[in-house]
Amino acid sequence: MSGGYSDLQIWIVIVILGIGTFLLRWSFLGSLGNREIPEWALRMLRYTPVAVLPALVAPLVTWPAATGGEPDPARLSAAAATLIVGILTRNVIAAIIAGAGTLALMLYLL
Amino acid sequence: MVHGMVQSIPFLIVIIPFGLLFGVVAMEAGMDILQVMGFSILVLAGASQFTAVQLISENTPAIIVVISALAVNLRMAMYSASLVPWLGEASNRQKAWVAYSMIDQTYVLSIQHYEKYPRLTLTQRLAYFAGAAIAVCGPWMIATWLGATLGNAIPDDMALDFAVPITFIAMIAPMLRTPAHLAACFVAIVAALLFAGMPSGLGLLVAAPLGMMAGAYVEVWTEKRRKPA
Repeated sequence: MSGGYSDLQIWIVIVILGIGTFLLRWSFLGSLGNREIPEWALRMLRYTPVAVLPALVAPLVTWPAATGGEPDPARLSAAAATLIVGILTRNVIAAIIAGAGTLALMLYLL
Repeated sequence: MVHGMVQSIPFLIVIIPFGLLFGVVAMEAGMDILQVMGFSILVLAGASQFTAVQLISENTPAIIVVISALAVNLRMAMYSASLVPWLGEASNRQKAWVAYSMIDQTYVLSIQHYEKYPRLTLTQRLAYFAGAAIAVCGPWMIATWLGATLGNAIPDDMALDFAVPITFIAMIAPMLRTPAHLAACFVAIVAALLFAGMPSGLGLLVAAPLGMMAGAYVEVWTEKRRKPA
């Protein structure tokens, strides 16, 4: 066993984390039911994915953990390639391939 | 349902290596295979699973492990709210299944599909979600198990750290189709970078609503310009 964690303690963490994560996912969908949501809230909720994911990714792109938090030209150009190809082609696979290809190429060249 | 499964396939090129990696990392942190699978089946949330295992291996107190990993998952509450207009009529049992299998990929794929085809029936919407969930969550669990059993046979110089950022960018880029979507994305990025110093997960919780407000604001503004009162 690693460090001071017993098997039981690990299981407790897993179960609590599982329940907590489920409640977060269930929260609004499960409790609001089919009650009417006000117009202004609907308007904001429409932008959930395009706000949450970029906010999640931006720090990972700018200060990657793999380089000890130093901005890295290979990862920055991979992110840019993914974004540009994704916007131009509207195709997720093409964007992933462009990003992964750019990253591999840049890591090889640098 | 088949539709949802087919459209999820591109994500497997990220989900599978990442699941493998989780299996390897969790075994290296000293867990047994049941615990590793416990994470991938009961928690089913990649980023928070890595966070928890990392903190456990550093011997961080359990309460902090749980709080940090849950903070990473707080965005799910925002996903949950944004699904209400589409899935609010579903039965409690169906909602529980949607909640269980709600990860970034199943959520974004489904919401894109719902917006593209607003006339779908509730059954069709749920079927699409179920298809995406089976195609993405199943391989995540299997890949975790393979990683845990195969262990170090997996090369570790693959720059896998960047697989998640690339997938997320690839998922979002095609959605940036109006000035409002661009504004939401731009404000969220700037805010996330400004608040990056906040404890894990909290910066996102400030940045994302700011982006959503920017999107809503620009949407109202464009509508007003289009049809002057």
